[in-house]
Amino acid sequence: MSTEVTPRRKEELQEVTIRFAGDSGDGMQLTGTQFTNTAAVLGNDVSTLPDFPAEIRAPAGTTYGVSGFQIHFSSFDIHTPGDAVDALVVMNPAALKVNLEDLRENGILIINEDSFTEQNLKLAGYAENPLEDNSLTNYRVFRIPVTKATLEALEELGMKGKDAARSKNFYALGVVLWLYNRPLEPTLDFINKKFKNKPEAIKANERALRAGWYFGETAEFFTSTYDVPKAELPAGQYRKISGNEALAYGLIAAAVKSGKPLFYGSYPITPASDILHELAKHKNFGVKTFQAEDEIAAVCSCIGASFGGALSVTGTSGPGIALKAEAMGLGVMMELPFVVVNVQRGGPSTGLPTKTEQSDLNQVLYGRNGECPMPVIAAKSPSDCFHAAFEACKISMQHMVPVVLLTDAYLANGAEPWNIPDASLIPEIEIEHPTEWDGEFTPYRRDERGVRPWALPGTPGLQHRLGGLEKKNITGGVNYDPDNHELMIKLRQEKIDKIADEIPPATVTGNPEGGELLIVTWGGPFGTAFAATNRQRSKGRDVSHLHLRWLNPMPSNVEEILRRYKKVIVAEINMGQLINIIRSKFLIDAKPLNKMKGRPFTITEVEAAMERELGIPSEPISS
Amino acid sequence: MSTATPDKPKYTIKDFASDQDVRWCPGCGDYSILSAVKKVLAQRDRPPEEYCFISGIGCSSRFPYYMNTYGLHTIHGRAPAVATGMKIVRPDIETWLITGDGDGLSIGGNHFMHLIRRNVNLRLMLFNNRIYGLTKGQYSPTSEQNKRTKSTPMGSLDFPVDPLCLAIGAGATFVARGVDMHPKHLIETLSRAADHKGTAFVEIYQNCNIFNDGAFAHAQDRKVRSDNVIELVHGEPMIYGADLNRGIIRNGDHLESVTIGENGVTKDDLLVHDETCPETVAFSLARMKYPDMPEPIGVIRAVDRPCYDDLVNEQVEHAVETRGNGDLQKLLTGTETWDVNG
Repeated sequence: MSTEVTPRRKEELQEVTIRFAGDSGDGMQLTGTQFTNTAAVLGNDVSTLPDFPAEIRAPAGTTYGVSGFQIHFSSFDIHTPGDAVDALVVMNPAALKVNLEDLRENGILIINEDSFTEQNLKLAGYAENPLEDNSLTNYRVFRIPVTKATLEALEELGMKGKDAARSKNFYALGVVLWLYNRPLEPTLDFINKKFKNKPEAIKANERALRAGWYFGETAEFFTSTYDVPKAELPAGQYRKISGNEALAYGLIAAAVKSGKPLFYGSYPITPASDILHELAKHKNFGVKTFQAEDEIAAVCSCIGASFGGALSVTGTSGPGIALKAEAMGLGVMMELPFVVVNVQRGGPSTGLPTKTEQSDLNQVLYGRNGECPMPVIAAKSPSDCFHAAFEACKISMQHMVPVVLLTDAYLANGAEPWNIPDASLIPEIEIEHPTEWDGEFTPYRRDERGVRPWALPGTPGLQHRLGGLEKKNITGGVNYDPDNHELMIKLRQEKIDKIADEIPPATVTGNPEGGELLIVTWGGPFGTAFAATNRQRSKGRDVSHLHLRWLNPMPSNVEEILRRYKKVIVAEINMGQLINIIRSKFLIDAKPLNKMKGRPFTITEVEAAMERELGIPSEPISS
Repeated sequence: MSTATPDKPKYTIKDFASDQDVRWCPGCGDYSILSAVKKVLAQRDRPPEEYCFISGIGCSSRFPYYMNTYGLHTIHGRAPAVATGMKIVRPDIETWLITGDGDGLSIGGNHFMHLIRRNVNLRLMLFNNRIYGLTKGQYSPTSEQNKRTKSTPMGSLDFPVDPLCLAIGAGATFVARGVDMHPKHLIETLSRAADHKGTAFVEIYQNCNIFNDGAFAHAQDRKVRSDNVIELVHGEPMIYGADLNRGIIRNGDHLESVTIGENGVTKDDLLVHDETCPETVAFSLARMKYPDMPEPIGVIRAVDRPCYDDLVNEQVEHAVETRGNGDLQKLLTGTETWDVNG
């Protein structure tokens, strides 16, 4: 086909944030994903934020059924899915109502005007039609009859109107691809693959996509188009990856590199289920997935699998961690290795199942009976979920301890380009199992790192029993002696503390020597704080950034770093959990930056907090 | 490699005894069960290191500490889940799961059902003493209604659950019952459980002489037990009684106890036990309760069904056969990539 464009003014932009929004049945996640793939293949850096309701198919037309997908793509290295939206595509009035506040002034607003019926306006809670009451004058509004135009484009196919209208998301995608000078080919390839066995659907979606594109080209509607040049990324082969995918791959990589079968016992829970789905596809790596009857059975199956000698992992979200707590304690007592993944979501209780939050740090650090320390690592970006998962498995097996791996809904569902690692350069994970023992086997004799041996069933002469009752030091027999109990508590703690010797020291972005202000983050806010720090520094402000991946134990140089700065901010998507640790552990007067809206920080919010702390009046938010 | 002959077993009872002092109350029924299990294992060819005993919490769950095998003493009610994980990754390890009426049917009732429906290949022994022993005497899910205990001074209100019926309802492939004080029969029953491929469920009537002494006296006391229990034997008529003159017949849709020679009943009229009987028949047998009926002991039902742990591993093998061993680089690379030139 000809993709020649009628000459129009083509503006070059360095970054653009687009949000697609519609009913949860409108295919907005697919539309957004396709746009992302196209931008990524063209060499842009991308970062995405899907935002969907907890209900699978909420009543059509309502505000609580609105599903959105935001993509930020750029010509430079980015770390967040974008702050203000530059272009908003809305498929119905409810989507407009929910999303308009995030569209910047003078931003592009593409509206499917066919959906602005009296009924839909009423469902969305509009008393007046916003298309007619001059309430949208601050935006560049493009009203397109998306539904009608899609039906016209598909007329020859003789489909039922309802079926034909389903392709309207591809029509909208066609318009936006044209507007941003992105090619159709990746989406055409996708349509052919995805609907391989449905020739009708291939035809319909192709036609709708092309019709959208032609509309942009011929309608003399848009006065300019936009282009975002390629980003300067490190050389290499790239792919797009989401946090949950990366995490699953990290587990498989750890299994391959340790020569262990991977056992994944899990109970479905949003937003962690995709890890189970992904791993279940890769049984040819020897992966054994077990959909347990509940969260408790899932973690308990890991204890059994670990005793049997497998790399054992369970994945869940906050409510599941609450149920697993007792068994996690048993793992600490037995000193068996397994990894507990917590893809955090809004809490407490069922909370906000599809929205992000970082509010389980206290739970994973302290939410067990007794003195029950566990190492905790948090991934900082979607692709870092790969590395964090690999490290969690390694530390767990090499130190005979259950490890918590924290991610969150934002990282799990968000995606970014990934410079594909060379598998041959990923280091091996050395694991030893004793095959013989000098004298009677002593399962709790420790090496210099405080680590006990991992003897496997089937090994002659090394029969031993593990349990939740207090152990006698060295022999592991049941023991209630007061001195022995205190000693064992200390030994279990020391073992965790010594892990600090093996994790890399913390590093600072900005001015490592010290200065005015340090912002401290863990987990998902990494990208936002990193970008905000760079922006502030480019304005000449003395701001630095410390990001913590290991929360327990912390790298040994954290206190030293914190003391080099006059002021410290701790930014978290919770009420302030890491900050309490920092304040109590180091007696440092850190200031909190918190947000609990089920969404990540924006760069603007973080910059404003930095400026507040530096005593600089914030600039008004520019459009 | 030498092979054991029936008259010269490879292992002795001592090979399976750990060095730990047994800490159950003197007179507890658990002692005779422990002894029976060690005898069963000593009769077999498998070395101690290839066994794993897994338990939950409660008096019975101390069992693994007394076996010179691999063992896990886990948390309350969850041993079935621990054992399932173990068997999925180590189908080669012969696993015995020890639980009680509280551990297995109250806090662990959920896992009990799922273990059995999956038919994980292990032995599941439930020590039923109809009381909470380790917490010092509260009523349990198998306690009779109106039982007066510390927590129920006016009598318990819960209707008791029947472990055999629960297991049959969950699709158990092997259901049996033994009695602690009937060791010869118990050893036979446990040997049958050891031979079974799949979840072999054995309820064991176990006396708690401290908190519920005599709960199963009707089945334990040598003087009366012949009149109160019926030893089921595959292919044999269901006959019982001190004089072997009583039996079970089908009367319409229920089972009935009769006396041979009365009302024209002959031995030929008695039901013949069939271990492969439909669940409905097994259920009727399991519902036979003292004092109205003799209570069945021995193997009530034994059928074949694929084991979950085998099926999991077959899927993995199939995936490897059809798709080849996983290639990490291919996985990481995926199908859609682009190159950035520096």
